Amino acid sequence: MYRYDEFDARFVAERVEQFAGQVARRLAGELSEDEFKPLRLMNGLYLQLHAYMLRIAVPYGTLAPRQLRKLADVARRFDKGYGHFTTRTNMQLNWPRLADVPAILRELATVEMHAIQTSGNCIRNVTADHFAGATPEEIEDPRPLCEIIRQWSSLHPEFTFLARKFKIAVGATVHDRAALLYHDMAVEIVKNAEGRTGYRVSAGGGMGRTPYIAQLMCEFVEREDILAYLEAVLRVYNQDSRRDNIHKQRIKILVNAIGAEEMRRRVAREFEEIKAQGYLRLPQEELDRIAAYFAPPKFEPIAEPVAEYEAARTKDKRFADWCAHNLAAHRAPGYAIATISLKPIGGVPGDCTSEQMEAIADLMDAFGLAEIRVSHEQNLVLPHVKKRDLPAIFARLSELGLATPNAGLVTDIICCPGLDYCDLANARSIPIAQKIAGRFADLKRQEEIGELKIKMSGCINACGHHHAGHIGILGVDKKGVEHYQLQLGGSGAEDAAIGEIMGPGFTAKEITDAVERVVDEYLRLRQPGERFLDTYRRVGMEPFKNVAYLEQLHAAY
Amino acid sequence: MSKRATDPQILTANRLIDGRVVYWQGAGWAESLAEAEIFDDPEAADAALKGAARSVAERVVVGTYLFAVRLDEGVAVPVKARELIRAAGPSVRRDLGKQAEGLFSPPPVHAQVRHARTTPGPARDPFDVSI
Repeated sequence: MYRYDEFDARFVAERVEQFAGQVARRLAGELSEDEFKPLRLMNGLYLQLHAYMLRIAVPYGTLAPRQLRKLADVARRFDKGYGHFTTRTNMQLNWPRLADVPAILRELATVEMHAIQTSGNCIRNVTADHFAGATPEEIEDPRPLCEIIRQWSSLHPEFTFLARKFKIAVGATVHDRAALLYHDMAVEIVKNAEGRTGYRVSAGGGMGRTPYIAQLMCEFVEREDILAYLEAVLRVYNQDSRRDNIHKQRIKILVNAIGAEEMRRRVAREFEEIKAQGYLRLPQEELDRIAAYFAPPKFEPIAEPVAEYEAARTKDKRFADWCAHNLAAHRAPGYAIATISLKPIGGVPGDCTSEQMEAIADLMDAFGLAEIRVSHEQNLVLPHVKKRDLPAIFARLSELGLATPNAGLVTDIICCPGLDYCDLANARSIPIAQKIAGRFADLKRQEEIGELKIKMSGCINACGHHHAGHIGILGVDKKGVEHYQLQLGGSGAEDAAIGEIMGPGFTAKEITDAVERVVDEYLRLRQPGERFLDTYRRVGMEPFKNVAYLEQLHAAY
Repeated sequence: MSKRATDPQILTANRLIDGRVVYWQGAGWAESLAEAEIFDDPEAADAALKGAARSVAERVVVGTYLFAVRLDEGVAVPVKARELIRAAGPSVRRDLGKQAEGLFSPPPVHAQVRHARTTPGPARDPFDVSI
């Protein structure tokens, strides 16, 4: 885990006191709401439907037990005893009082946490593969670079007032688990033909009203040049982006207006200028120093197969089911990566109570697990679990209601808070996700369906990643009534694609049946080995559209 | 907003210090929709909205606006789901928000938002959209 140095600690402490002063001035009438709003947003504080909402940063999704405990503690003392993990791997409190926020931030600072870069037109909290440092697939852990980008971008004088927010993700594997190409900028750690490690940089991806897949900017950026290269991309964006139209302010609009080729040319020219002027190089020693914080735990040599683990799987069907879906291969023999699903059937996707957070922290301490990850799929991940500990961990998770065996299955739905909480939403999303999860609750049926990612947003801002869903659902307001549009064929993985809109929306009553008919049609049409996405790509929209609107057709006749 | 010219209106805001939803009740702000003043006259509603600038200046509330309601048996029912949810709390967490604090009464059955029933039926949950 990264530990704050004196600069980090002072920076966060100063920011807390600065914001405390701003809150006091607001409450004393020295600041108007117009003056205060950008300041509170720079500290992650929104005003939503029912109350304020505080978005707490979880940099690159990594938390230590003491931090998880602190989140539980502030949620209980200052909120309503739960938090909501988001697709930016942050955690939101839904009910804080404005007057309490400085106290919450002071509490968070004691465990090296804050709410900086979770809102506003700045470089946002950098995200990474949630299997970072544990998966056997990766070239190296992407989080040291995330941390360096965090340090470089926090309060960067040139990039603190961008035209719009700017999201960066870093990955280091062929399998993209971080929706890289849906980011304003995606950095992939790669090796070149000579075996040297560097970075492939893409830019101009995004969701929202106008979704785009990021375009390649540079195939290989040398290690020491990465900050200069990021600076070049951001500088071109900062200079050339449309500040006159709120819908055209993201870098994706710029890249697609001038074309990838022209964007590459402008970035390359800027990069050369930066280099010619003398620039910020990333020294290997500094990279090594930061990387040391992220060194994996010392793995015990454990021989496979692990007898206790295999025996438990044979004996306990529930455990075997959970293992089949919630475990991933680990780089070290005898270890596994375990996903804690925050998608219990009928629950609110991404929600976790203070009791659950504390119990998970206790469990981590009991089994020597130093860190946990928040995934953009709104689940938690234990990255380094000894297989022999898994039966006991599963038993404890079962007691906590956290052992749903559905990671990556059709009920593992990404879902934004929607109109139940969000000021921007046009329609509710959580009850739709709950209904769909309930419809597919049977595990056998989920297994039969296989990998199928449903992602659901309550408005076009797409916090629920609906463009990237194999099945995406978008809530819209149609003359005051909640309606739901279906999109098929999206992907946020290495085969990134934007889902295609099927047609007119469905009512809240109709949407679950429509999704079920689409899924059943896939089961009827699929060829051996095909996921839903593969079948869709082979047969196209038509067969699914033909079955989805059944109710409307009947109504029309 | 899908406000019809003929719809009565209610003035709402969020309280500055804690963000809670409040309604103008004629001489101050109330927490329950049932206590809100109902403006039948659009001009009176606009005047109240203008007058609320004073509450903003006094740092009592932020984000004042009017929303449309329809009257059913004298009870104001928000036209939009958004305002029903603001008045009650999250539809997916009945244990939270005003609905859990005795500050929200479900609107009459046949007037419920977006699913107005033309025929009387058994009492329906205001959030039930049969999804």
